[in-house]
Amino acid sequence: MTTNNSHEDAQSIFKDIVSTKISRRGVFAGIGGLGAAALLASCGSDGGSGSAAGGEALRWGNWPLYLDFDEDTKKYPTLEAFIKQTGIETKYFEDYNDNDEFFGKVQAQLKLKKDIGYDVVTPTDWMAARWIRLGYTQKFDGGNIPNASNILDTLASPSFDPKREQTLPWQGIMSGFGWNVEKNPKGIRTLEDLFAPQNKGKIVVLSELRDTIGVILLAQGVDVTKVTEDQYMNAVDFMAKKISDGWIRGVKGNEYAEDLTSGDATAVIGWSGDMFILASENEGKFDFAIPESGGTISSDNFVIPYTVGADAKANAEKLINYYYDPAVAAEVAAYVNYVCPVKGAQAEMEKIDPDLAASEYIFPTEKTMAKLNVFRALTTEEETSWTEAFQKAAGN
Amino acid sequence: MRKIRTPYLLLLPGFAFLFTFFILPIINLAQTSTQTSIAGGDTGQYEQTLRFANYFDAFIENKEQFGRSFLYATLATVLALAIAYPLAYAIAFKSGKYKNVLLVLVVAPFFTSFLLRTIAWKQILGEEGFVVPTLRTFGIISESTTLTSTSFAVVMGMTYNFLPFMTLPLFASIDRIDPRTLEASGDLYANGITTFRKVTLPLSMPGVVAGTLLTFIPAAGDYVNAAILGSPNTKMLGNVIESRYFKVVDYPTAAALSFTLMAAILILVTLYIRKAGTEELV
Repeated sequence: MTTNNSHEDAQSIFKDIVSTKISRRGVFAGIGGLGAAALLASCGSDGGSGSAAGGEALRWGNWPLYLDFDEDTKKYPTLEAFIKQTGIETKYFEDYNDNDEFFGKVQAQLKLKKDIGYDVVTPTDWMAARWIRLGYTQKFDGGNIPNASNILDTLASPSFDPKREQTLPWQGIMSGFGWNVEKNPKGIRTLEDLFAPQNKGKIVVLSELRDTIGVILLAQGVDVTKVTEDQYMNAVDFMAKKISDGWIRGVKGNEYAEDLTSGDATAVIGWSGDMFILASENEGKFDFAIPESGGTISSDNFVIPYTVGADAKANAEKLINYYYDPAVAAEVAAYVNYVCPVKGAQAEMEKIDPDLAASEYIFPTEKTMAKLNVFRALTTEEETSWTEAFQKAAGN
Repeated sequence: MRKIRTPYLLLLPGFAFLFTFFILPIINLAQTSTQTSIAGGDTGQYEQTLRFANYFDAFIENKEQFGRSFLYATLATVLALAIAYPLAYAIAFKSGKYKNVLLVLVVAPFFTSFLLRTIAWKQILGEEGFVVPTLRTFGIISESTTLTSTSFAVVMGMTYNFLPFMTLPLFASIDRIDPRTLEASGDLYANGITTFRKVTLPLSMPGVVAGTLLTFIPAAGDYVNAAILGSPNTKMLGNVIESRYFKVVDYPTAAALSFTLMAAILILVTLYIRKAGTEELV
């Protein structure tokens, strides 16, 4: 496997190629959904080197392009500041490409309680829930993370970790409708708008079942925080019908952004951060809205694997605490454009960029927040059978 | 004694490699394929129950994608043969001093990633590529017809991606044909078509057999082209295996499907080689 150096070289070369800002979910545009491909690309995850010994090093695995990055110095300003401040040598890996793929990669080690090569990682809600269920996480030492109290109320008590004892959101992700303004001049606010004749065969929906089916369920008047199996299967059938009737051209992880820019798609169920960047890079050619009936919100969460030793765990907690400082959170949000989970960051953002501070994408208003729902946690059996039904509908 | 042992010693590294990276995984896969989930267990937890019905269930549930895999692979192989044969022939007999340059060009696509090349096809066939607008201008396709997310795009991607695997063995065997045999055929009053049918084609059969096998086998198991260029209605078996393994975390079904695919390919290839004759491969 690759050495650390070549790993970092590869990262910086990659950054050179992707010189424009791309959200973490957009970066694998075109390759998305190809778990194995991502596996190949990420085989240098530093899995072999010893665990963070001596309390000096900290290894953080995160999604690509999901942390403020300076193109000129090729460094992460907030992370550099953290290292300077605390003296904790932090290695940052952008190789969390896909929840399922990452789980597949580290599961065997986790099962045997062997070091997985990371001291802190950021799985999405439902995957974090799975880790908790399997006992793969550790409870935080609250004393090390006083800033945790800055968490947004909407995100403070998810069903999988009601007191946020072992997870804290890194960034929040809203799902709703995205569209090409030329083809949909009136915008898309309802499912009927989405399945309008001009979009036939040019609709792409997300491969995250909680987002796609969540939006459909909400449009059908179902509360996604209490959805039953019958209601869920009914919504999956709705999607399957739209696929077989030729309305939906793809069920994709992240390539939908590329399909929108190339004109192959005119309307999508997509993520806020991607749509923000698409809209800003294409001069108003695209727009995004939370459906009238409501959208979903999820987050990627800091999680400390149970394989991590006490020293590294304390370091990880310091890192989490640092990123829950409103000023630092604002700096990150100005780069990644996803929903900032930290209270007080909006005021700090005023100092960096007043336009961004007013952005509904990063700081949704109360009114928008009220329309966002967190998909309920699933039991093991549900997770398997619901995923299976969704995958089948998507042709797999 | 010494003489007898040497060849086995030479075989050792290769055998050790194959044992570790082929035999052991295959055994593991076989074990997984008959497991069932543990009652009350969590995601990805399975136990051995020797449930061979897994194979039957997996096949019945996914027979559509099975059919598609073999249909697309066959189409791609036939298309690749139709394109590669004239190409290999031209390089072998008509390219003169440019022979090596042309061969490098055939291999050149390998210098970039398989994924990037496939994504490039998405752009070529996309709304903003030159193909779609051109075809629309000439009225060959309607305004609402798109080329991406279709079975056409998947087969085209596969044909393109596996073309070098077809071209190189074909070239190797055509290049070996003694031009004097073609002259002799002409001297005996055979016209071009007859010469091709009676001399060139039979002599190049080893290349045809090797090329079709090298194209068909990976094409049948391919999932990248269907994932990038296809739609939910063009998914192949590889996509199902990927989804079962990574998304549903249903290892037994993924393993059973892999074995079924391997067996199906093995049977088809055996029949094909029987028909074409194994001596052609040498």
